[in-house]
Amino acid sequence: MSETWIPSPSLPSPKLDSGYAGWVKNNLFSTPGNLLLTLLSIALLVLTVPPLLRWGILDATWLGDSRGVCDEAAQGGSTGACWVFVKVRWGVFLYGFYPLVERWRVNFTFFVLAVALFPLFAPILLGTTKRKMVLYLLAAITVLFWLGPIPATFIACYLFAPFALDRLLQGKPFLELFGNQVVAVLTGIGSALLVGVISYYGIFLYLDEKAAGAIGLTALVLTLFLLFISRLTASGWHWVFLFTVYPVFAFFMLVGDIFGLPLVETHFWGGLFLTLVVAGSGMATALPIGILLALGRRSDLPVIKVLCVSFIEFVRGVPLVSVLFMASVMFPLFLPENVTFNKLLRALVGIAFFYAAYMAEVIRGGLQAIPKGQYEAAMALGWPYWKMMSLIIIPQTLRLVIPGLANNFLSLLKDTTLVAVIGLLDLLGVAKASMADKEWLGFTKEAYIFAAIVFWIFCFAISRYSVYLEKTYHPSHQ
Amino acid sequence: MSKVARSETQHPRRNLLNDPRVRGWLAQALVLMLLVIVAGYALYNIAHNLNKAGITTGFAFLSSPSGFDISQTLVDYSSRSTYADAFVVGILNTLLVSILGIVSSTILGFFLGIIRLSPNWLISKMAEAYTEIIRNIPLLLQILFWYLAILTPLPGPRLAMHFSDIAFLCNRGLQIPKPIFEPGFIATPVAFLGAVILSIFLFRWSKKRQLQTGRRFPDYSIAIALLVGMPLVAMMLTGFPLHWEMPVLSGFNFAGGITVLPELIALWLSLTLYSATFIGEYVRSGIMAVDKGQRDAAYALGHRPWMIYRLIVIPQAMRVVTPPLISQYLTLVKNSSLAVVIGYPDLIHVFAGTALNQSGQAVEIISITMAVYLIISLFISLIMNWYNKKYALRGL
Repeated sequence: MSETWIPSPSLPSPKLDSGYAGWVKNNLFSTPGNLLLTLLSIALLVLTVPPLLRWGILDATWLGDSRGVCDEAAQGGSTGACWVFVKVRWGVFLYGFYPLVERWRVNFTFFVLAVALFPLFAPILLGTTKRKMVLYLLAAITVLFWLGPIPATFIACYLFAPFALDRLLQGKPFLELFGNQVVAVLTGIGSALLVGVISYYGIFLYLDEKAAGAIGLTALVLTLFLLFISRLTASGWHWVFLFTVYPVFAFFMLVGDIFGLPLVETHFWGGLFLTLVVAGSGMATALPIGILLALGRRSDLPVIKVLCVSFIEFVRGVPLVSVLFMASVMFPLFLPENVTFNKLLRALVGIAFFYAAYMAEVIRGGLQAIPKGQYEAAMALGWPYWKMMSLIIIPQTLRLVIPGLANNFLSLLKDTTLVAVIGLLDLLGVAKASMADKEWLGFTKEAYIFAAIVFWIFCFAISRYSVYLEKTYHPSHQ
Repeated sequence: MSKVARSETQHPRRNLLNDPRVRGWLAQALVLMLLVIVAGYALYNIAHNLNKAGITTGFAFLSSPSGFDISQTLVDYSSRSTYADAFVVGILNTLLVSILGIVSSTILGFFLGIIRLSPNWLISKMAEAYTEIIRNIPLLLQILFWYLAILTPLPGPRLAMHFSDIAFLCNRGLQIPKPIFEPGFIATPVAFLGAVILSIFLFRWSKKRQLQTGRRFPDYSIAIALLVGMPLVAMMLTGFPLHWEMPVLSGFNFAGGITVLPELIALWLSLTLYSATFIGEYVRSGIMAVDKGQRDAAYALGHRPWMIYRLIVIPQAMRVVTPPLISQYLTLVKNSSLAVVIGYPDLIHVFAGTALNQSGQAVEIISITMAVYLIISLFISLIMNWYNKKYALRGL
């Protein structure tokens, strides 16, 4: 019985279950019901997609720079879109009515932001100091050729200062140089005040009177950071700069009226630029306020807890439109006579506090998910409340609630369109206003579809980025 | 040894400021003081500013005539009616568009959520594309698009698009037939109500019978027969006391029928299309949250696919879907306030817009408006709490 068993070669899988044919069979025609659904969907696609393509791309008028081109095309029997309309108003869609010669200021402000943010948001691409340095150097050289030496010096200082601070402050923390803590704190505050006052008078006397206050204050805050939080990484300093130096820079750059820059009042602001200003400052202010509100809501102090809970619940119960109405109609009544508040600023404050309440609820959910042991370990080390929260609890919380925060950022970006209700001309407002132009009546669809595409790109990018962040940082994925 | 004594002996130089309780009270006192100062200052300014503008505070203005017209009124209203009447009209219009939007977006949303899970690749990708496109475009932009780019450029009444002479769509809105009830019609709704009550009893009885004997009773078919049949019979017995008044073109406009304002159509349509994408996502995640083992177990027991969905999957999915669904309804009600941009006469447009401009009573009107939305959201969160208590998983 020494028969060897030779296995016969296995049969290939049935032709209709593998390859493209198999995929089509399994995913489109597996059952009669499925077949019907597939046919219905194909019919729907055939009915909708080709006309849309024809209108938007194939039959559309792309070239030219006046209405006449589109009218000719329409007389020639074309029923496509007139993208010339968007092309002619491109500048208005992007910058609103910001004066043409001053638009480089907007570009420069956003350029600085983009360069500063890029390494912070893409740590995988630009994680190492070397790569960051190369990027910053390239940015500074670009600005040198684009705008000249003064802006280039500014951007170089702004981008490289964090590295210098990181290097300089490797030594002993300032507070430990003193025996007594009270003396240390008082000395720190005193020297910060001194730096603030000196820079105030320096700027007041030698550069520009109007900028002195804000720059002095920034110098004061920065010195406080320098003295009391001395152990920060370069990225940490970049974040500090983003919330202290950058807003002051952006304000002066965009509003002007100092350092020889002409004044551009906020009612000239508009278009995508205004949308991004509202969304950016809304995100940057709503998140910190939201964190404070969430901490307040979980606080043991009854007064603070009641205040935070009632604020959050009140804001979440009313629509944003009514908050903006309140900001534009009721808020001036709260102020003394002759004190007026910029319309844009009122909208920004309204949006920031409105979204802070929503952020607070998302963050509260995250706070509840942090294990009690984390609090207890920090307390056992004798850490005070704020140190425990800012170094242990909040970082873990934020990592947990990335999807919720991204959803709120998305809603915030979409809701910036509501500032049109109180008369600001954001991208949507500009689109609406440009339809009223007598030379260009009847291009409503083009204007709205263009605005929709722009919003869609931004929103889709945020949602994809949040998916990426969640995959990278969520504890369950690590 | 008491607490105080111990702290005195072991920490002789203990600073009072380092006691967390003392610090807590100090912080609270500080916050409260700040709040009182700011609120007092604001109130003082309000009183001063209103006094200067010659506006008397109080709610007396509600009973004075409003002096403006409203384009859509569900109750009797004219420019001689009071501000209180305008307020009621505004609330009713808000509720009308909200309820219409909730019903239609729920239907579309469930449809979207279910077809995204379909094994058919094409249809699920189409649903995904729809969701991704629509929910990443601001709602306000969609409302304006439908209103200004689609509905306003429609031809006038003379060239209206007509649907077999029953309904007409033109730039003045959608004209649909108006039902006219004659005396005796009341029997029909009464019969329908009777059928509903009868069906409830029928379901209870058949469930009890099935639990006791194991035999099923065709309760669904009989209930449907009751719900359709009883009102029909009632109508026939009373001699069809219902007529339709058709919209007819006369001169430059339509006469008869009901006019659905283009503002209402634009708002309703965009609220539906937009909210449905969110509802669809909730439904999808709810169905996906049901453990696969549940379905496998049901298959192993020999249930049919349809029965598995009805008895196993949907009841468990609804537990996940309902809370976000209800808060989406709340969002929809709040989003309906975007009506103000296209001039649909909702609460904000009528009351916080026109009435405020006419009367100047900013503080009172904004407070009332916000109170209405707060009450609606309070009501909805009460429902949510009740639901969570009733259906949440126990013992977790």
